[in-house]
Amino acid sequence: MNPISMIILLPLAGFIFTGLLGKKLPEKITGWISSGSILAAFVLSLNVFLGLKSGSAAFYTKWFTFLSVSDLNIDMAFQADQLTSVMMLVITGIGFLIHVYSIAYMHGDEGFYKFFAYLNLFVFNMLVLVMGANFLMLFFGWEGVGLCSYLLIGFWYSNADYGKAARKAFIMNRIGDLGLLLGLFLIVHQFKTLDYAPVMQQIKTGGVNPEMVNLICILLFVGAMGKSAQIPLYTWLPDAMAGPTPVSALIHAATMVTAGVYLVVRCNPMYSMAPAARELILWVGLSTSILAALIGLKQNDIKKVLAYSTVSQLGLMFVALGVGAYTAAMFHLITHAFFKALLFLGSGSVIHAMGGEQDIRKMGGLKSAMPVTYWTFLIGTLAISGMPLFSGFFSKDEILASVFASQPLAWALCVGSALLTGIYMFRLFWVSFHGGFRGTEEQKHHLHESPALITMPLAVLAVLSLLGGLINLPHFITHTNAHGLEHWLQPITGESQLNRAMPGHTEELILLSVAILVFISGFFFTRFKYLNKGAIPEGDESLKGAGKLLSDKFRVDELYDSTVVAGINLSGDALNKTEKGFFASTMAWVSSGIGSLSALFSKLQKGKIHFYIIAMIIGLILLLVYNLLK
Amino acid sequence: MELILIPLLAGLLAAWSGKYAKWIALAGSISSLAFLIFLFRGFNPDGGFQFAFNKPWFFTGMHFHTAIDGIGMVLLLLTNVLSPVIVLASFGKEKNGALLVALIVGMQAALNGVFMSMDGLMFYIFWELALIPIYFITALWGEGNNIFRTTLRFFIYTFIGSLAMLASLIYLASKSPNGMNFDYQSLISVKLSLKEALWVGSGLLLAFAVKIPLMPFHSWQPDTYTEAPAAGSMLLSGIMLKMGLYGLIRWFFPLVPEALHIFNPIILYSGVAGVLYGAFIAIRQNDMKRVVAFSSLSHVGLIAAGLATMSATGLKGSMVQLFSHGVNVIGLFIAVDIIQSRFANRQLDKLGGIAKFAPVFSVFFLILVLASTAVPFSNGFPGELLLLKAIFTKNIMLGVLSGLTIILCAVYMLRLYQFSMFGQTGENISSFEKLKWHEIAALGILVALVLFFGLHPQTLIDICGPSVEKTIELLSNTMGEVK
Repeated sequence: MNPISMIILLPLAGFIFTGLLGKKLPEKITGWISSGSILAAFVLSLNVFLGLKSGSAAFYTKWFTFLSVSDLNIDMAFQADQLTSVMMLVITGIGFLIHVYSIAYMHGDEGFYKFFAYLNLFVFNMLVLVMGANFLMLFFGWEGVGLCSYLLIGFWYSNADYGKAARKAFIMNRIGDLGLLLGLFLIVHQFKTLDYAPVMQQIKTGGVNPEMVNLICILLFVGAMGKSAQIPLYTWLPDAMAGPTPVSALIHAATMVTAGVYLVVRCNPMYSMAPAARELILWVGLSTSILAALIGLKQNDIKKVLAYSTVSQLGLMFVALGVGAYTAAMFHLITHAFFKALLFLGSGSVIHAMGGEQDIRKMGGLKSAMPVTYWTFLIGTLAISGMPLFSGFFSKDEILASVFASQPLAWALCVGSALLTGIYMFRLFWVSFHGGFRGTEEQKHHLHESPALITMPLAVLAVLSLLGGLINLPHFITHTNAHGLEHWLQPITGESQLNRAMPGHTEELILLSVAILVFISGFFFTRFKYLNKGAIPEGDESLKGAGKLLSDKFRVDELYDSTVVAGINLSGDALNKTEKGFFASTMAWVSSGIGSLSALFSKLQKGKIHFYIIAMIIGLILLLVYNLLK
Repeated sequence: MELILIPLLAGLLAAWSGKYAKWIALAGSISSLAFLIFLFRGFNPDGGFQFAFNKPWFFTGMHFHTAIDGIGMVLLLLTNVLSPVIVLASFGKEKNGALLVALIVGMQAALNGVFMSMDGLMFYIFWELALIPIYFITALWGEGNNIFRTTLRFFIYTFIGSLAMLASLIYLASKSPNGMNFDYQSLISVKLSLKEALWVGSGLLLAFAVKIPLMPFHSWQPDTYTEAPAAGSMLLSGIMLKMGLYGLIRWFFPLVPEALHIFNPIILYSGVAGVLYGAFIAIRQNDMKRVVAFSSLSHVGLIAAGLATMSATGLKGSMVQLFSHGVNVIGLFIAVDIIQSRFANRQLDKLGGIAKFAPVFSVFFLILVLASTAVPFSNGFPGELLLLKAIFTKNIMLGVLSGLTIILCAVYMLRLYQFSMFGQTGENISSFEKLKWHEIAALGILVALVLFFGLHPQTLIDICGPSVEKTIELLSNTMGEVK
């Protein structure tokens, strides 16, 4: 069988197997079969990647025609080119690690098999999203991952709040999906096809209406706002932390939420001729990045901090896309997948050890009890805060340099966001791992390092977070192997990237110094405050003014509730009243007007119903027979 | 011809056969399906009207004339695939069970007649015949204190519509050059002035708009769906309202092409209004059946609007969606009925947490809910995609408004599912009686249809495509406006 089809079908087979049989099998078997299907997909993806590397053309396979109606002609078809292969490696690679981690993490849960089934289904849909050969296949995966996200956020379904969070995620995503869908309609209208290749080809040959392309780009970005949690559709992501922690790591950090970035990179020829749309992306991304980082400063739930951090980092990726630095965005997408998955899994390990506690104020001093978790979490924190030579340092630097070259003001704001990143991450780190333990005696007694199935994936991800920068080293480090990722993605982003402004050599060194300075100040500021002075973050109650506003997340949820949600409910109630009142009263009038008919019918009712029905049927048959004999 | 006789005889037999009734009805219903499949194997989508049976009937100018083309085939498949499912779903009903299943298959016979008629008067007769079983089903097995009022209202509405249709058909037939002629081909070739076409069209449209139902002719629908027994709601929403949509394609557009440039915008706007109206109301319902009823109003509004675009995309999308909607809405009504039969309750605020006790049922129900929400890989998606695209191409504003359905539908469908299946366990919910075999069979067939047509909707388009193209071609020849 074609390797492309295999890669897609393996997780699907895993889903069907675990879904149907998992309940009756022991946990170990279910978990390993489910993980094994992802590992096999990873190996095959690696093979595809190496195939592409040795110069073979992009892989393509068509299963069958999905729909063919006048100008809409859609195949169930899949492809793997340079961009896709990178995404495939991230999805199946990190996906496998998180599957393995979940075998230990979900141990003993009554929905164990269901969890793995959903996880496999997610990987399947995510692969469809990136491997689809046309916009509709992307939409298939796009909605599919949204569905899995919904199922997994609400995994512990007895809790009504979790269910609400799940529903919120699905509905907010659907708002974005409407934008995406309308974008697809315009693509069909403009290009008469939804296949990637001819669309991009038509853009290259020219003669395309730029206004239209701009509108398409904006609509596609609306879709990206929903999936990648950008203003104004970001509030679902922090709530999505209701799901089990491996889900937060896989779906809400490493893979699904980056789908919006993938979409823009995939359509980069379009965005390159749509400066207005890119301007919008730049400022939306930037505002999201800063807003989320500010909120992250005052959160005390370990997962919430990481969630806002994810929103903020995604914003940074969109900033890169806004200035046309597509490879820089992809680079940060990959390194972020490494260190954010690591941080989430690390937080899961902590939560596991703390018996479900997620409030960092009740932790502290975990360093000694959980050495592996501690050291790997430290590496993740260093990577995300931009410690020189760690992966996040390189990818963030790449973005900052590109932004500086085209929008110095935006650059300054990005630096601010990077500073905030260092502060909220190290605050989290010092407070939870250093100082004295602040939990209960029982928790203290129970504290332990997590089992190997949990620490092994942490170790692997830590290595990747440390060395991830190697895939796209800047020029000042090496001349021979520089910009590996950029070269690799050349066939996809080539022409768009060539037109990009980059800073000169001296400027680059100055930018670098600023970045290092930012890291150092974030590190020492928090070290002084939380380690040396031993400050414990305040609770919501004691906060005032700006701090309270941040802790309340700028009350955006409340704003949405009182406007959009209330608006929908009010319209529903109003229409309901109309329905009941107006229509019912006219009907009452009509039926009383035909009272005689009513009397006739009530007689019919009281009579022998059997008789009437049978009389009717016999009458019908007589008619038919009469006709036949004539 | 046999498609009418087989279920009719089975129904007749079943009505007298007491406890074997359900088996006889099921056998008859399935035989009709088997016969249809036999016909289908020899069916040529490009061949226009096939399997013609034509005999003079009652008087000159009227014929017992049946034939099947691609559009009719889709509706016949819908009727004959879903009727056995409805019979299965009604297996557990104790009260007068024999008569109930007899009426269901009788309905199947009448519906088959509707979708094959090639004669205006014959179409009218079967249209009315289909009303009789459903009237009795609703009146006799319905629940609630108002059932009589509700049934009466339903009857009056549809009856007035039917009379208007009859008047229009007679007028058209009388305009035939060689004396009164109800033959389909003769009816569509009659030329009318704009004024005549408006009158005739209004009569026909009234009948179809009530049946679909289009706003503002829908007010019979929510109460009837809610108070009718499960089988009645299924027949009405799953199959019978498709008579109205089918009527638009076959007996409205080709008959009054002269006035379509006036009628179509009305249908389009009213359809889109129904999409939003139904959705907003569905969000605020507490009774599960009412949620489904208003969601149905919303969904069929979209189908009608798609038809009114008069584009190939819109018409084919409608065909796909009316099939899918039939499958999904019947599935939802079965699910609600299963919940109600176990907990004697279907109010969302009193339910909750059922999933804990019903792992299998919760999966079936979830798939049906997702299909109604038009999630890709389910049958609800391709139809909705085509319809939205057709409306969007026709009118961007309306396209965006009707596109809101993908958000609103997610709101009310997930609410329906979560409040009943998830969350805290409702009072009196501590166990779940295992699904019976016939319930599993009914749900299993529907879920299989959901997945199959979700993956391969082209099957339906291949069947109806050429006939749809022919209809559009016919219209573009007779009216300058269309394109």
